[in-house]
Amino acid sequence: MKHVISVLMENEPGALSRVVGLFSARGFNIETLTVAPTEDATLSRLTVVTVGSDEVIEQITKHLNRLIDVVKVVDLTEGAHIERELMLIKVRAVGKEREEMKRMADIFRGRIIDVTDKTYTIELTGVQEKIQAFIDALDRSAILETVRTGVSGIGRGERVLKL
Amino acid sequence: MELNGADIVVRCLAEEGVEHVFGYPGGAVLYIYDAIFKQDKFKHILVRHEQAAVHAADAYSRSSDKVGVALVTSGPGVTNAVTGIATAYMDSIPLVIISGQVPSHAIGEDAFQECDTVGITRPCVKHNFLVRDVKDLADTMRKAFYIARSGRPGPVLVDIPKDVTVAHCKYAPRRGDIRMRSYAPVVKGHQGQIKKAVQMLQAAERPMIYTGGGVILSNASAELRKLVEMTGAPCTNTLMGLGALPAGDRHFLGMPGMHGTYEANMAMQHCDVLLAIGARFDDRVIGNPRHFAQHPRKIVHIDIDPSSISKRVRVDVPIVGDVKDVLAELLAHYEAASAEPRPAAALAKWWEQIEQWRGKQCLKFAESDELIKPQFVVRKLWEVTGGDAFVTSDVGQHQMWAAQYYGFAEPRRWINSGGLGTMGVGLPYAMGVQMANPGAQVACITGEASIQMNIQELSTCKQYHLSPKVLCLNNRFLGMVRQWQQIDYGSRYSESYMDALPDFVKLVESYGHVGMRIDKPADVEPALREAFKLKDRLVFLDFITDQTENVWPMVKAGRGLTEMLLGSEDL
Repeated sequence: MKHVISVLMENEPGALSRVVGLFSARGFNIETLTVAPTEDATLSRLTVVTVGSDEVIEQITKHLNRLIDVVKVVDLTEGAHIERELMLIKVRAVGKEREEMKRMADIFRGRIIDVTDKTYTIELTGVQEKIQAFIDALDRSAILETVRTGVSGIGRGERVLKL
Repeated sequence: MELNGADIVVRCLAEEGVEHVFGYPGGAVLYIYDAIFKQDKFKHILVRHEQAAVHAADAYSRSSDKVGVALVTSGPGVTNAVTGIATAYMDSIPLVIISGQVPSHAIGEDAFQECDTVGITRPCVKHNFLVRDVKDLADTMRKAFYIARSGRPGPVLVDIPKDVTVAHCKYAPRRGDIRMRSYAPVVKGHQGQIKKAVQMLQAAERPMIYTGGGVILSNASAELRKLVEMTGAPCTNTLMGLGALPAGDRHFLGMPGMHGTYEANMAMQHCDVLLAIGARFDDRVIGNPRHFAQHPRKIVHIDIDPSSISKRVRVDVPIVGDVKDVLAELLAHYEAASAEPRPAAALAKWWEQIEQWRGKQCLKFAESDELIKPQFVVRKLWEVTGGDAFVTSDVGQHQMWAAQYYGFAEPRRWINSGGLGTMGVGLPYAMGVQMANPGAQVACITGEASIQMNIQELSTCKQYHLSPKVLCLNNRFLGMVRQWQQIDYGSRYSESYMDALPDFVKLVESYGHVGMRIDKPADVEPALREAFKLKDRLVFLDFITDQTENVWPMVKAGRGLTEMLLGSEDL
């Protein structure tokens, strides 16, 4: 099953490599990984999406907690939570495709953020499934380039992950 | 007070009460060595290879419960040390390794003797640091010691660029405890879980206690002995846990696992409540986890590291905490609750069954007048030393025979590489043990292959007047490899024959030590007695042993714990 795990850790050089090294050394899976400093510049927040049985996920959270730089670990999937991913996608937009492409972006509530004679660059935010659905809805040959941030997640309601 | 980085390193070591540092100098650590020259708080032991520095510091810690300290230079100094660090990491030994690094401005430029030390050692340390500013140095050193010795212990490496060792900053002695928001190991066990464990133990008809290195590391041998006495349960100690319960205790069933005793493995499998303490259900201990799980039993697991719990085997009652602390609580609850009726008859029946298993005498071996049996040498060593020596070993058949036949009565006496299984640790381990325990009897049980992996340390022993007795069980084979090849590879002894051996007697004599070659069983005991009489000399005893001897019992890799081969007749 897919799990979204949030990690609060010291914003130290090399902290990220400890997390990545742990996953590769123990054969755990990383689907996506995103990391950036928090409002407290001494802390980084990392979100990792992984797939595994309950036993594997238990080992992943235990091993993450074991890292000295890690302050807190939460498996967001255990409760109500919100996931978002951002995609920038450059598509071919020539002739009558241009109007069609704009309409598609509108349907998926994407925004066109850059335009040339032949292309649009669209910004799209949402859960992974929505982003995948957008890609699937387009003609493959129209897609010139995509870049995705990976999932960021946060607990729903008043639940917070803080020091 | 203003000090340079090198002096701060030395001050911090003194602050931690360090008395011995094992190391090897080089360009990047010259300022540190200069500071060492000018101090008298600790002694530096110059090894002949960085790997041995870390092994010696490791054994120093294992045999004394102090944090071991090693000091190496950048690049090859560090890469040589990696085997030592990984060895300590696998067995959770608290070490602080200080490594030199090229100057900050040169990092990343492929400078002479540069390597990515933090990157190379990351997967085999509990934590590591690269010190970028001399102002962080003292704090980092203190954190390193704190992290190494607290929680589940382990090696911590501090990488210090050369310019940091010469830069100055204000130094103030340590005040108070180290606090880290990201690191606070749990010591106290959960009360509810402990009570549950006590209830389970008291209701058990076939209880079994299985303990590992955690009991040794936590200094909980006294608590364990009391628990065994109180419950009347049988107990097994893993390779890493030997000595926690005296081998002579009637509750002791010997070691479990691949080369464990018949009775220990059978009891592990057939008990109804298994209490695992500071042990991690290692593949060499429980064999195939699916086979192990086939038998229904309740498992209580006490460990300081949550990630060790339910890693290979699902447990029913996990208790996270320091073994000593949890056992003390458990004993108190057990005593308070002992008004409950205990199934005494069931326990007696369980023991009857165990005695039947014991009756197999699985460690019996055929003695010989012609050929020296390796088991016989270990048994004689036990007799000659009164069972009271510190015994280090290398890795292979001789290691298993030492573990099976020495019969340790106290913790921290048996020093070996259990997790990583590093050949070459034996001699440097003996050095570390002797530095930490001057005056104690120290024996190194090794083989003609393992000893050659760090034989250069004979020179270090000479320099520091170290006098371990080295028992080389010389069978002219990589014995354990040969055994597996015999059993699983149709006796095709691929590259396992040790050809072109040196004359060990002459070799050790050239280093200024005493050498003996023994090839008759009748000479084994006299030679050992003579060797231990030479208190202040290193004596190398080259025992020419039976080449065909195998380690029994044996559970083949991947097999179930009770699928034991008891001898060559089972092949």
